Amino acid sequence: MAFTVSINGSPRSVDVDGDTPLLWVLRDVLGMTGTKFGCGMALCGACTVHIDGSPVRSCITSIDSIGDSKVTTIEAIGATPAGAKIQRAWLEHQVPQCGYCQSGQIMSASALLAGNAHPTDSDIDDAMSGNICRCGTYARVREAIKLAAQADGKAG
Amino acid sequence: MIDRIVSQASDTNLSRRSFLATSAAVGGGLVLSLSLPIDPSEATSGEAFVPNAFIRIGTDGQVVLTMPYVEMGQGTYTSIPMLIAEELEVSLEQVKLEHAPPNEKLYANPLLGVQATGNSNAMRGAWKPLRQAGATARIMLVEAAAKSWGVDVKTCLAQQGEVIHSATGRKLKYGQLAADAAKMPAPGSVVLKSPEEFKLIGTPAKRLDIAAKINGTAQYGIDVRPPGVKFATLAQSPVFGGKVRSVDDSAAKAVKGVRQIVRLDDVVAVVADHMGAAKKGLAALKIEWEDGQNGNVATADIAKELEQATSGSGAVAQNIGESDKAMAGAATKLEAIYQVPFLAHATMEPMNCTVHFRGDECEIWLGTQAIARVQAFAAKAAGLAPEKVIVHNQLIGGGFGRRLEADGAVRAVEIAKQVDGPVKVVWTREEDIQHDLYRPYWFDRISAGLDRQGRPIVWKNHFAGSSVVARWLPPGFKDGLDPDSTEGAINLVYDFPNLHVEYSRVEPKAVVTGFWRSVGPSHNVFVVESFIDEMAAAAKQDPVAYRRALLGNSPRAKAVLDLAAEKAGWGQPLPKGSGRGVSLQFVFGSYLAQIAEVEVSKDGAVRVRRVVCAMDCGTVVNPNTVEAQLVSGIIFGTTAALYGEITLKNGRVEQTNFDTYQIVRMNEAPAIEVHLVKNLEPPGGMGETGTSGVVPAIANAIFAATGKRLRKMPVDANALKQPT
Repeated sequence: MAFTVSINGSPRSVDVDGDTPLLWVLRDVLGMTGTKFGCGMALCGACTVHIDGSPVRSCITSIDSIGDSKVTTIEAIGATPAGAKIQRAWLEHQVPQCGYCQSGQIMSASALLAGNAHPTDSDIDDAMSGNICRCGTYARVREAIKLAAQADGKAG
Repeated sequence: MIDRIVSQASDTNLSRRSFLATSAAVGGGLVLSLSLPIDPSEATSGEAFVPNAFIRIGTDGQVVLTMPYVEMGQGTYTSIPMLIAEELEVSLEQVKLEHAPPNEKLYANPLLGVQATGNSNAMRGAWKPLRQAGATARIMLVEAAAKSWGVDVKTCLAQQGEVIHSATGRKLKYGQLAADAAKMPAPGSVVLKSPEEFKLIGTPAKRLDIAAKINGTAQYGIDVRPPGVKFATLAQSPVFGGKVRSVDDSAAKAVKGVRQIVRLDDVVAVVADHMGAAKKGLAALKIEWEDGQNGNVATADIAKELEQATSGSGAVAQNIGESDKAMAGAATKLEAIYQVPFLAHATMEPMNCTVHFRGDECEIWLGTQAIARVQAFAAKAAGLAPEKVIVHNQLIGGGFGRRLEADGAVRAVEIAKQVDGPVKVVWTREEDIQHDLYRPYWFDRISAGLDRQGRPIVWKNHFAGSSVVARWLPPGFKDGLDPDSTEGAINLVYDFPNLHVEYSRVEPKAVVTGFWRSVGPSHNVFVVESFIDEMAAAAKQDPVAYRRALLGNSPRAKAVLDLAAEKAGWGQPLPKGSGRGVSLQFVFGSYLAQIAEVEVSKDGAVRVRRVVCAMDCGTVVNPNTVEAQLVSGIIFGTTAALYGEITLKNGRVEQTNFDTYQIVRMNEAPAIEVHLVKNLEPPGGMGETGTSGVVPAIANAIFAATGKRLRKMPVDANALKQPT
């Protein structure tokens, strides 16, 4: 059946079964391939998007569960203050290697920073341990989040 | 375009060095054609000139490098252009990189046909030829400028992408000179900069591929969308070698968005409008499988076969002195069995391949480490000549050796042959893990003899396992040996007066093996560095001091060991339940010492708190990527040590997804310190070194913490549990 969902500020209509995961609506139906498939079971975090600002795994989020909530993806996260800071810090610290998991990492980190301007190491562990990176970029992810948080402090 | 350049290059200035030719570019400009060695040992061979890399300096001044190595996140696309930029006297931003297309003409030679990125060889292979190419082009550009001004070449200077006549201040940009430079004779020899003159090499350069990887625009194989593409996912026979007996697809066909069910001998695929529908359709299929001959295979049976092979004799990989005689006279004898498991690659981007089969030609999109292999194998599957198969290489969402294989492309072509229009075949994570080409299971029977002072007088090792090389590159397997299986097991840094190492190739029933980050050394370094730790313990000596005393012939190994020990605070007390372990290796052309610090809790859980490593990889081209690659390799190896294991039961892989095939996460990742030994030796390999050495460092640290020696990976927490 048809669903209309708000994605990155625009209403998008799709005609799929209600149990279709948001991930495939984004990637295959709408052609927004920045959100990645990793496991299909919410085990790796590669598919992380924001729904009303909270990080969720789009691979297990059915399209009929979204309703009027607002979906934000990696393609638009740079338009949020936290997302922009995170992306700048990612560039500064040269975080990605193969880069495949980084959309998910950035979405989790942006949500963390938006809700917690000065996360501790333990806050970072809690927010980021659902995101697997096979290239092992964890140390730079941590440093980049801290840098983004500093930028937050300086910007007042 | 490459074809035309090659045909021009063949009749122009072929220099005395057989790896470089210069010619005019199509549309103006200067082209240098190079033959980059895939194996560094081929660098000086006198084979016929077969170029596989091209540098084009356009009339717009843009420098474009087309080369066979691919970017997998290791930073190659940044560090390789640094070599050209350094000698050519241009900024790094002026060098653009392109994926090399597959080309049957270029790669017809079966050995050079390995158009592949692996074995940490990109920098080692490119180090000299690319700097020489940059210098050659610079000289020709300067000569062209001098000629146009009618001045002596010696009065001209290349700088920042232009040639300057210092006396008059006249300047010409490379773009203005490129066409004329192509008419200059190539210099017979060039003098390369000495390391003190380097401006770029050795400075931390920002990677050129990062920006697209942080905003969702980077395009990996899984992201391609040719117009009209359909999406497919597949179920392969759960038993290797099994077949489809019957399929009831009525429920699958009723799923909204499902278009077609494709049945092959051993695969059923569902083609749909999107992957969500394809997965739902796949789940609705009722497939009955015929297990075939492998329906009873279990890991223990495979291990048993390997064990038996090590009881007999194998191919002699290295012999020094008279080991049997020495063993008979040893004051202390040690014997042990070591085993390492099958491992999956689990790249974050699951296997995928998009194919448009049009009957008389076939177009393929995927991220591959071995594009020519994909073309050759896909052509065979498609029943077409290789030139009728067009392969578009994409960014790679994790290689680690998995994307040196063409099995996925073959499958996708077989499916696409039955589909009208382009189809993207995506493996579920479960299919990806259960149908990998696995790091081999290896079994080692190892022994040593010590004299009365505990010094080693003899070292013997006989190991058995699959040879990936024998399948992947058959000419590389000779006289029962291949260079990968034995790397790290022979030519050790230690002085052993008597040494005997044998290898028995045993291909495991039902399982196909593949290259896996750090390949042969992933096993050999674990065994060698664990066993030498056992020898130190038997001699009641400190593991670092014991190793150090055996490094008389390897000052570079001694230097990294000393540095790592100093930085790690080796010998300083640790709380109860904690321990430090050391490893030392010389593989992929680099020296690396690692010291791991672990904490073992009462329930046997192991936490790797800290890893300190000291690396001598010769000249450091880009310190930024060297550090990143070492850390990356160490995390990869930590995953293998703590969790990595693929097991078979009833011919089926038991692991399915990241819940049963765990990967180290941020909260478990050790703090890693990297220390580099600076010197002017040629660069060694980087991408895999951290992985092999961290596994024994962890195992040795666990021994230091608990007194328990783990001779089988991964770590078995049950074995470390303390009695309550």
